Amino acid sequence: MNGAEILIDGLKKEGVDTIFGYPGGVVIPIFDVLYSCREIKFLLTRHEQGAVHAADGYARATGKVGVALVTSGPGATNTITGIATAKLDSSPIVVISGQVHTNNIGTDAFQETDMVGLTRSICKHNYLVKNILDLPHVLKEAFYIARSGRPGPVSIDLPVDVVTAKLKNYNYPDDIKLPGYKPVLRGNPMQVEKLARAINMAQKPLLYTGGGIVTAGTTEELRQLIDKTQIPVVVTLMGLGTVPYDHPCFLGMPGMHGRVAANKALMECDLLIAIGVRFDDRVTGPRHTFAPNATVAHIDIDPAEIGKNVRTHIPVVGNAKNVLEDLIEKVKPRVKNSWNERTEYWKEKYPLTYKKSKEEAISPQFVIERVNKFAGPETIVVTDVGQHQMWAALHYHHRQPRKFLSSGGLGTMGSGLPAAMGAALGKPENQVICISGDGGIQMNIQELATCAINRIPVKLIVINNFYLGMVRQWQDLFWDKRYSQVCLLRSPDCPDECHGPNENCPPHKYLPDLVKVAEANGLPGYRATSFSEVDEVLKKGLAHDGPVLMEFVVNRLENVFPMVSSGKPLSDIMMGE
Amino acid sequence: MAEKHTVIVTVLNSAGVLARVAGLLSQRGYNIESAIGAPTENPEIYKISLVVTESKEHIEQITKQLNKLVDTLKVVDISHKDNYIVREYIILKLDVTQKKRLEFFQLIKYFKANPIDIAPNHIILELSGNPRKIDRFIELMKPFGIKEFIRSGEFAMAEYQTPKKGEKNGN
Ligand SMILES: Cc1ncc(C[n+]2csc(CCOP(=O)(O)OP(=O)(O)O)c2C)c(N)n1
Ligand SMILES: [Mg+2]
Repeated sequence: MNGAEILIDGLKKEGVDTIFGYPGGVVIPIFDVLYSCREIKFLLTRHEQGAVHAADGYARATGKVGVALVTSGPGATNTITGIATAKLDSSPIVVISGQVHTNNIGTDAFQETDMVGLTRSICKHNYLVKNILDLPHVLKEAFYIARSGRPGPVSIDLPVDVVTAKLKNYNYPDDIKLPGYKPVLRGNPMQVEKLARAINMAQKPLLYTGGGIVTAGTTEELRQLIDKTQIPVVVTLMGLGTVPYDHPCFLGMPGMHGRVAANKALMECDLLIAIGVRFDDRVTGPRHTFAPNATVAHIDIDPAEIGKNVRTHIPVVGNAKNVLEDLIEKVKPRVKNSWNERTEYWKEKYPLTYKKSKEEAISPQFVIERVNKFAGPETIVVTDVGQHQMWAALHYHHRQPRKFLSSGGLGTMGSGLPAAMGAALGKPENQVICISGDGGIQMNIQELATCAINRIPVKLIVINNFYLGMVRQWQDLFWDKRYSQVCLLRSPDCPDECHGPNENCPPHKYLPDLVKVAEANGLPGYRATSFSEVDEVLKKGLAHDGPVLMEFVVNRLENVFPMVSSGKPLSDIMMGE
Repeated sequence: MAEKHTVIVTVLNSAGVLARVAGLLSQRGYNIESAIGAPTENPEIYKISLVVTESKEHIEQITKQLNKLVDTLKVVDISHKDNYIVREYIILKLDVTQKKRLEFFQLIKYFKANPIDIAPNHIILELSGNPRKIDRFIELMKPFGIKEFIRSGEFAMAEYQTPKKGEKNGN
């Protein structure tokens, strides 16, 4: 067998059913094998960045390793943003790139880039396979590393001569020799015991949980722990869905755009039980101001996360599922106390509201509320990055894990549509709704054609405020409304200084006209410009059997609230008007 | 408070492993004062000695991040451990005037420094020893006129003793 055949055989052995990618010179031998491979579906995206986000979306929706295959040089460099996106959110993907002939490595050969050097700081591990003898075990290791422990992206760079080299007596290895890589699973029993005691003693305990719960597949155990102990819980962007939105103990998402109840609880709790979270600065605010009264317990599979940002008193290194199982046994049942009442009071006192815009202009939050109405528990919502992402995180009714996919750590505009595409291929039985902004959608808009031609039924919602809204919001609140380069309608006819839409705005136009863009790409496009059209468009769009674009032209100046400004403690919450 | 730490990283001798280790430190904004890497008695195993000046918290983070590298077998911060033999090697080139040579040779004899090349205008010396001794030696050599020197950076080996467990934290 040659390298290409070994590669495809290895992928089959790893259970890969879909590859996302784009061909090129040095990978033709691999595509030649794929040409007659029936077991693996290949999705030809329109850009390599789309392929990697799609593999990432596939991984997030299914929990399986997503795979992307691209050519060397520009193909490889186009994957960088996708790889970093997966890294920051611990998503398991394997990215296979072609490379020039081993004899030409280092000569600045045509389409040569140092992929191992480029990806070193943004992937969990990477390989340059210089010898066909190494290919089988590299494949085996790559998949194992990507999915085990704290998952993450692995890059494999394959020179063209390795792909065409022949290997006699090929066997896909059964076991893995990685003496330096041994993720700890079971938490130290003494530490778990200590944590259980702390929980039994605490007056104001609070759970702070995130993507680690999803990765560990331990939603059930988390819910059991909450039911046994009645401990209120805040859930990060990456963990949304693990605790149902209507659970009495659920206080919502914490952080910069967190719910008031969630942030107040963080500031007051006396015991913080952090599980599968990384104390991101968008959650904590200035570290020294975070959870000032709390003993901090941190359960994480990655020892390097413990104590990285916030001082930890009870560290527990281990897989969240194993630790939760042990913890549930050890902890005493707890009845609701005044602390619970207090958190429930906050929830009631500070509900998620917004001022319905006076004019007919649609409130973006209203669109999300209506999406709730039409989406089912099995619906997967994928977002892009910006205000619409935060509105979706806040106002969508999260019910299950792996049903809300969003670029959290890297905040990658343009990731939404391709990730939704990957999710839809991974979960064909689930409805997939992508919520994007008018800015972000244009960053990988080419994938509309991929959806159309492959009949990938992504229901794309664009919240159109004609602004890079999230940046405009910061300029509005902190930069004196100096709206520098955030208006997507700005033209040479505009005055030099602009503080928002006014009568001097050039005649209103849709540019691009997304409905036409949809149609040009072979899918229907619908637009709602007033409240009364919202339901109609959603109904029509979601009922359509196949990909569709629904554009909602919303109030241009709407801001996301609550908000804690950058650099301020979580107690400093702006509520909007 | 920043303090000098010597961290010994034992890794698999895989392609680019030195770049991986060095890259990890620079990626996270830590400066490496010195790094030496070389194979060991086991050709599959490679040891890297790093010297970094950082706070205790940062060193802990560096150690944990280094441990996470797939190729890392063991990471030990030997700075506050007295059961390690730490050595460094230096070569110096000096302009020692004829007038000062007597005093000079007495001094280097005391340090057991070894003259490698003696010419009318310059002298080249080598010396190995623990890094503090090297520092002191450099200070004492300054008045004689140092032209240049090169230090190896620190490396270390544990003394004989029963091994402690739990140096590696897992991934
Ligand atoms: C690739 C990339 N470039 C820039 C940013 C910075 N950024 C964050 S949100 C945002 C605005 C997004 O605008 P839009 O997609 O219209 O969404 P909105 O905020 O208006 O809902 C920008 C520019 C980013 N997150 N990603
Ligand atoms: Mg926008």
